[in-house]
Amino acid sequence: MSVSANTTGTKVVKTTVLLIGALLLFAPFLFQDTRALEVAARICIFIVLVASYDLLIGYTGIVSFAHIMFFGFGAYGGAIALKQMGPGWDAVVVGALAGVAVSLVVAVAIGLLSLRVKAIFFAMITLAAASVALVLASQLSNFTGGEDGITYRAPSIFKTATKLMVDDDGKVMRIFGVKMNGKLAAYYFVFITSFVLFFAMVRLVGSPLGTVLKAIRENEARAEAIGYRVVSYRTFVFCIAALVASLSGTIYAIWLKYTGPDTVLSFSIMIDILLMVVIGGMGTMWGAVIGAVLMVIAQYYLRDLMGVAAEATANLPLLPHLLDPDRWLFWLGIIFILLVYFFPKGIAGTIMAKGEKS
Amino acid sequence: MSILSLKAMKTDIGQYAVLHDVTLEVPQGGVFVLLGRNGAGKTTTLRSIMGLWKPSAGSVIFRGQDISEMHTAEIARLGISFVPEDMGIFGGLTVEENLILATAKGQFDNARLARIYELFPALETFWTKQAWSLSGGQKQMLSVARAIIEPRELILVDEPTKGLAPAIIDAMADAFREIAQTTTILLVEQNFEFAKSLGRDMAVIDDGRIAHSGSMADFAADKPLQDRLLSLSA
Repeated sequence: MSVSANTTGTKVVKTTVLLIGALLLFAPFLFQDTRALEVAARICIFIVLVASYDLLIGYTGIVSFAHIMFFGFGAYGGAIALKQMGPGWDAVVVGALAGVAVSLVVAVAIGLLSLRVKAIFFAMITLAAASVALVLASQLSNFTGGEDGITYRAPSIFKTATKLMVDDDGKVMRIFGVKMNGKLAAYYFVFITSFVLFFAMVRLVGSPLGTVLKAIRENEARAEAIGYRVVSYRTFVFCIAALVASLSGTIYAIWLKYTGPDTVLSFSIMIDILLMVVIGGMGTMWGAVIGAVLMVIAQYYLRDLMGVAAEATANLPLLPHLLDPDRWLFWLGIIFILLVYFFPKGIAGTIMAKGEKS
Repeated sequence: MSILSLKAMKTDIGQYAVLHDVTLEVPQGGVFVLLGRNGAGKTTTLRSIMGLWKPSAGSVIFRGQDISEMHTAEIARLGISFVPEDMGIFGGLTVEENLILATAKGQFDNARLARIYELFPALETFWTKQAWSLSGGQKQMLSVARAIIEPRELILVDEPTKGLAPAIIDAMADAFREIAQTTTILLVEQNFEFAKSLGRDMAVIDDGRIAHSGSMADFAADKPLQDRLLSLSA
């Protein structure tokens, strides 16, 4: 059973998401270091990527391992276009459209051929497709740069040296200590595009189509019996999710100015996406925000935190060894198990169910 | 004139032949009752008409069109709705969402909605509640309401009284009587009193074959035939 729309828990989750949104909006002013900005941008992009995966797994019950492939198509589309055509907006548009086109063609092919089969076989087919994409990205080095990937320049407005605003001396202006330069423009490009994509998905799941998707997730045969072609709807959602993942890949490529198999096609990223959806809460959309924030912050700061904890407990037996920063993945695993235990429907899902009347 | 004809319909489920030779004419209008013992093939007949299990032979003719090869969703869009034995509601959705799913354009016809509120006042009361939280009777009301939220030609109803309280059964009978004034109902039922009160025509299925068909009035008057075909006491 899903959660009610107006529980106290729902209000808590929405308020938390609003707060996260506000923190991300003012991130360059609140956290004035390069690494924090990197984390904030990555969170924005992963919120979109994870929410698009939630469309599949959470709203339609489709388990796919090919989501990272669509992210990669978008990233490589942007990267190859920027490399070949130079750092202009025309290259960004061409790259994004190329990534979307390839993603849609592959998604339609996989969807129509495979969504009729049982979930486990579909998952295996998507796993195979993603593996092929990863191998191709490594092998087609003339296009993709192979294992080394591609380094390129983003549009000039995103160069760190670009002055968005200048003071009387012709130097880059600072507002609240933050330089009004291309890096800031790049961050707000990431933030705004991610915001638009995320809210487009929120609108989608709140629309009549979203209700149909929830019905399909709950019982395919019942949905068929009231007139819905389940394969068509599932293929459509698979395509929408692929489209959004592809666009988020292009945004990531523009932000990173580097695209390689490890950064946009690796299965470890696919696992991260899966964990973010599960931790946040499937079928909620808001869970994508919470899951992405927690996982990205843990990936970037858990090691630092453990280093501090190890130093603080240096005089104690055993504990400094357990808290060694190199063991951060172990602790991340422990945290994940605890989260699944205490929040069986994910953080957002469990909290939103609070106050629900039976 | 028949709205639905089943001609030598056979249905296999896995390696088991469940329906061997079902030939049936369902006339337009009123309630047609399909009776039979447990396991005789009543539910399989309804599911085969709906395309949820594909007939392996024979044909299903709806308004002169063979629908036996059609997809379930297409059959539903032709104007046939199905109220399954397990009610088939979506527990995670609200009453409103359950009903709006069954509308053609994603919006309600106010007149039909008002009629549904009249038939089943509980649905208006629990409009925004999630369907899993409804009682068994309310779930059945929702399931029937979903079948009539749009104009339908034929409604297939599978054992609607199962597990319901007598008061709810009476309300359900009243609702079916009113619905049958404008729509044909093919009702599968084990509760013979309920079936007798509603049915104009009837058939008995036994071991995947139609064993008897005729008017309900004649069948209700023939106690030995009832005992032989149904092993039921009316």
